Amino acid sequence: MSAISPPAPAGRSRSSDRRRRKGSGSLPALLLVPSLIILLGALAYPMVWQVITSFQKFGLAQQFGQGADFVGLENYRRIVTDGEVWVVVLRSIGFCLFCAFTTVLIGGLLALLMRGVGTVTRAILQVALLLAWAMPVVATMTVWIWIVDWRRGLLNWALTHLGVDASGHNWLASPTSFFAVAAAIVVWMSVPFVALSISAALTQISPEVLEAASLDGATGIQRVRYIVMPLVAPVLSLVLLLQIVWDLRVFTQVKFLQDAGGFANQTDVLGTFIYRLGTGSGDFGTASAVSVLMLVLTLLVSWPYVRSLLKESV
Amino acid sequence: MTPQTLKKALLSVLALIVAALWAGPVYWMLNSAFLDKITLSSTTPQFTPLGGSGDNFVAVIKDSGFLRALGVSLTVTVITVIVAIAVAFLGALAISRFTFRGRRSFVIALLLIQMLPAEGLFIAQYKMMSSLNMLNNVLGLSALYAAAVIPFTIWMLRGFVAGVPPELEEAAMVDGLSRTQAFLRITFPLLAPGLVASGVYAFLQCWNEFTVALVTMTEEQRRTLPLWLRGFIQASANREIDWGQVMAASTLVAVPVIIFFMLVQSRMSSGLVGGAVKG
Repeated sequence: MSAISPPAPAGRSRSSDRRRRKGSGSLPALLLVPSLIILLGALAYPMVWQVITSFQKFGLAQQFGQGADFVGLENYRRIVTDGEVWVVVLRSIGFCLFCAFTTVLIGGLLALLMRGVGTVTRAILQVALLLAWAMPVVATMTVWIWIVDWRRGLLNWALTHLGVDASGHNWLASPTSFFAVAAAIVVWMSVPFVALSISAALTQISPEVLEAASLDGATGIQRVRYIVMPLVAPVLSLVLLLQIVWDLRVFTQVKFLQDAGGFANQTDVLGTFIYRLGTGSGDFGTASAVSVLMLVLTLLVSWPYVRSLLKESV
Repeated sequence: MTPQTLKKALLSVLALIVAALWAGPVYWMLNSAFLDKITLSSTTPQFTPLGGSGDNFVAVIKDSGFLRALGVSLTVTVITVIVAIAVAFLGALAISRFTFRGRRSFVIALLLIQMLPAEGLFIAQYKMMSSLNMLNNVLGLSALYAAAVIPFTIWMLRGFVAGVPPELEEAAMVDGLSRTQAFLRITFPLLAPGLVASGVYAFLQCWNEFTVALVTMTEEQRRTLPLWLRGFIQASANREIDWGQVMAASTLVAVPVIIFFMLVQSRMSSGLVGGAVKG
């Protein structure tokens, strides 16, 4: 759902495997019935509808209640051939990768920074990151839109005082600066999770090992390369993967910025594009095809993460 | 000053600048919330809320739109949390206490589902709700929210249930309790922290959710708090708005979230990458 939702496994004792009761008749099935009803009704049914609809053509006639015709892969072909759709797909993927890599890079640097400073400074930094992480995405958006507001925003005031004349500049009016603002906000709200996760991984590395390495003559870079990196690599790839999944679905951020004055047709990403197709023009066929593409992309990226969770327990 | 201490001092300064960058917007929200319209529309920003007042908060709380949205948000959240926790708890019992055919597939499906973006499904959900005549229906939105949080809630509770050894229950049964009694009096109290943590998780999800609410709650009367906040932003595109009130409104939405988040944060973030760290 929102970007702060952490798919956290509360990984516990492995030994519970052996303790599980076998069989017990229909009890496990009964226990699962309520979950299954809700999941099938609210997720599986719309998903099936969506896959079927993605093979249909919706036009004016369908808005007046006529059944839609099956057109095979036509909607999917449009994704690749129709310039408008293709641009949105590429823009989303580009934006997603840019934000995800930037977030992990900054998060990693902040984790290293936290290790290099004293306890009090580290605590201040941690609290600041936690505050930003805790902010609901809608409140984040209102305050950032207020900061970049072209009339009285803090950003333009600060830039003007630094010698760049930015007074009255509307950052949301051009697609490039629109996405620069969007990326800044997305990175700002995602960095805390990444920084704190990597920092947690770094604390697992015992100082004795690093000390031993430096006694043996390893330079700072060598210590990072041969000792720190291999130990934090699993966490690093995990948070990168989660960021890619989360940044592909950016919706609230882009929607709010569009509402505040961006031009929707030049700033759409997958989510807002689907929203516009579905609720605006009623083109459910294309909207469904793009949605299916989005789901498939997410599943492909998520698979390694799910497998790592399964390996850990179950 | 030795190079070592100089380096440490520089790093500390850098860390404080970074802290200011991340806490800054949160501070700016609070600061602006206490300032009146005239102060906020001057060309030089005021950096402290000195001389400010709680008038913006009073104005927001008196606003009928806020109260209505608060009512909708609270209703949806409470229904979702209760339903999701009850349902997910049963599901967690099933997968952590029993082995049965299809168990592994069920768990894989749960994990995959909770990665799926709401944006990849919301048009289909909108069509479904519209054909069921459930648009602008609090129960309808709660059902969609419940489905969205149940997979992860089951996964989270599964860990807690697995942490309570069945032997405890069995010992109580040997001592003469029935299976139900043993469960209610031994296992259930031990699971309370897990239920609270997953309840907070479900609360945060529903309270913050924007995407699904946007498509299913189309009437102004049925707006949740995030949709109501968006109304201000839409207005800001065309005219100068009272940012003090918007920031007061945002603060009112954010404060419960920040408090609850801080309560469960350590558990959530350690669980997130727990497996990888343990290595």
